[in-house]
Amino acid sequence: MNILVCISSVPDTTSKINFTENNTKFDCSGIQFVINPYDEFGLTKSIMIKESIGGKVTVITVGDASVEPVIRKALAIGADDAVRVNMDPNDSFSVANEISEYIKQNSFDLIITGRESIDYNGGAVSGMISEMTNLPLVNACIGLEIEGNSAKLVREIDGGKEMITSPLPMVIGGQKGLVLENELRIPNMRGIMQARTKPLSVVEPTGNIMYTTSVSFAKPEEKAGCKFVDASNVSDLVDLLHNEAKVI
Amino acid sequence: MSVLVYTESWGGNFRKSTFEAVSYASETAKILGTNVVALSLEDVSDEELVKLGSYGASKVVSIPSVNKGDSQSASKIIAELSTDASVIVFSGTHTARMITPRLSVKLAAACITNVISLTESSEITIKRKSFSTKAIEIIKSNTEKTILSISPNSFGLIENQMDCLIERSDFIEKGSLIFEGQETASGKISISEAEIVVSAGRGLKGPENWGMIEELADVLGAATACSKPVSDIGWRPHSEHVGQTGKPVTADLYIAIGISGAIQHLAGVNSSKVMVAINTDPEAPFFKAADYGIIGDAFEVVPKLIQEIKKFKN
Repeated sequence: MNILVCISSVPDTTSKINFTENNTKFDCSGIQFVINPYDEFGLTKSIMIKESIGGKVTVITVGDASVEPVIRKALAIGADDAVRVNMDPNDSFSVANEISEYIKQNSFDLIITGRESIDYNGGAVSGMISEMTNLPLVNACIGLEIEGNSAKLVREIDGGKEMITSPLPMVIGGQKGLVLENELRIPNMRGIMQARTKPLSVVEPTGNIMYTTSVSFAKPEEKAGCKFVDASNVSDLVDLLHNEAKVI
Repeated sequence: MSVLVYTESWGGNFRKSTFEAVSYASETAKILGTNVVALSLEDVSDEELVKLGSYGASKVVSIPSVNKGDSQSASKIIAELSTDASVIVFSGTHTARMITPRLSVKLAAACITNVISLTESSEITIKRKSFSTKAIEIIKSNTEKTILSISPNSFGLIENQMDCLIERSDFIEKGSLIFEGQETASGKISISEAEIVVSAGRGLKGPENWGMIEELADVLGAATACSKPVSDIGWRPHSEHVGQTGKPVTADLYIAIGISGAIQHLAGVNSSKVMVAINTDPEAPFFKAADYGIIGDAFEVVPKLIQEIKKFKN
């Protein structure tokens, strides 16, 4: 089973977000970068599949050399090798296009991405890859078992879940449920040492066609401040929600 | 030229998010000086389809034989019907998240998700939520056609009565996925669409104490949700986890009970219009983000709140 896991390097979930260059660029100063949490569920699941039925796990990411620590972490967790496409990931289409080119030149049974990245939240890369490679797609995937040449999947739907069988190869957009939070792996010293010598190849982009252009960023308006209601006068809260906030 | 809108149905019925997408499409059509054509997959009755006219659709094409979860087939038929469309509108449901990127590739059209504003002009420039709602991005489409997937509950409903012509298509297409069945919690309100969400955290001390949270949600007609630690310990199902790595919430009213308000939690819920925090700790960060707060013990405050809301509803 050859699995390709697409990972993205994103600001740690506790990061405060700021912008520079006249609010057009994300301010990286003082930011700790991590594997996108949605991708990490898929990465961990891939390693578990490899451990149970054999195979190889390759990680791919689109970014400049600054994302390499995050790739090394993926290798330390248990991926076998890694590919970095040397391009700024500025648009879902151009990212998906580069990853799809790599898929077409190699052979994978399963391609896993996160449902979305926690920075730009486009949520489109998995779907675009599936279309570009003409493969079936299951997004918001919360359960995956491999049975021979097919996959038994569970996907989240609005208000419940759906059970699906798909032939392989296929594309999955993963999230929590694919593995549980407590099944995520912390790299150990041996893994970290091994990661240093695992192959990381750098490929140049084939083209950079962008369907969108980011104009600028702003932060949401600050709240006016919290109005406190005394715990002994709960009826005041109901009154405020009805007459002032008009939400009940 | 027209604006095409995908109208999602569940068991033959539309939901608020569908009508919101049609309202959005209709306002976009006014800016572009054109009309709205709606498209419906799976089996939906005429009686339900004509409801789309109330929000500005002048025509609806119904394709009963295509399963909406089959993104290969759904994107194929939508692409065929999009030849004349300059903008294609979706509500950002789980299903839309699979169809829109495939359609983007098929049509060579920009796919913009988490949309929270109308375009400024016929050159599509839009505000969208980014960085898990910690930021708002202004983004421009570089392509002739543009796909817009709107963030549910961020636009609202706008009535605009039109006579809606129904056209039935016998298009048949089937992709390679086999659908084995669904499990849905009947009668429960889904978090992404709920107008009111009642959410609780570790302050509740144990899963056995969720009865009052469910009762409060019940009297308010709200969905129930929880913080990440609570779903990680297994007190509540993962499907209730809201926040940065869980479900996003854009409710009219979000009530956080015994949730301290970690930055990751606030990131996922702070696009709600009004937030209430109930917490024993006056230093809880949630009070900095909330509109209304009660410093007090949930076990005393929540039962009183249930009583007061019951009184108010009567």
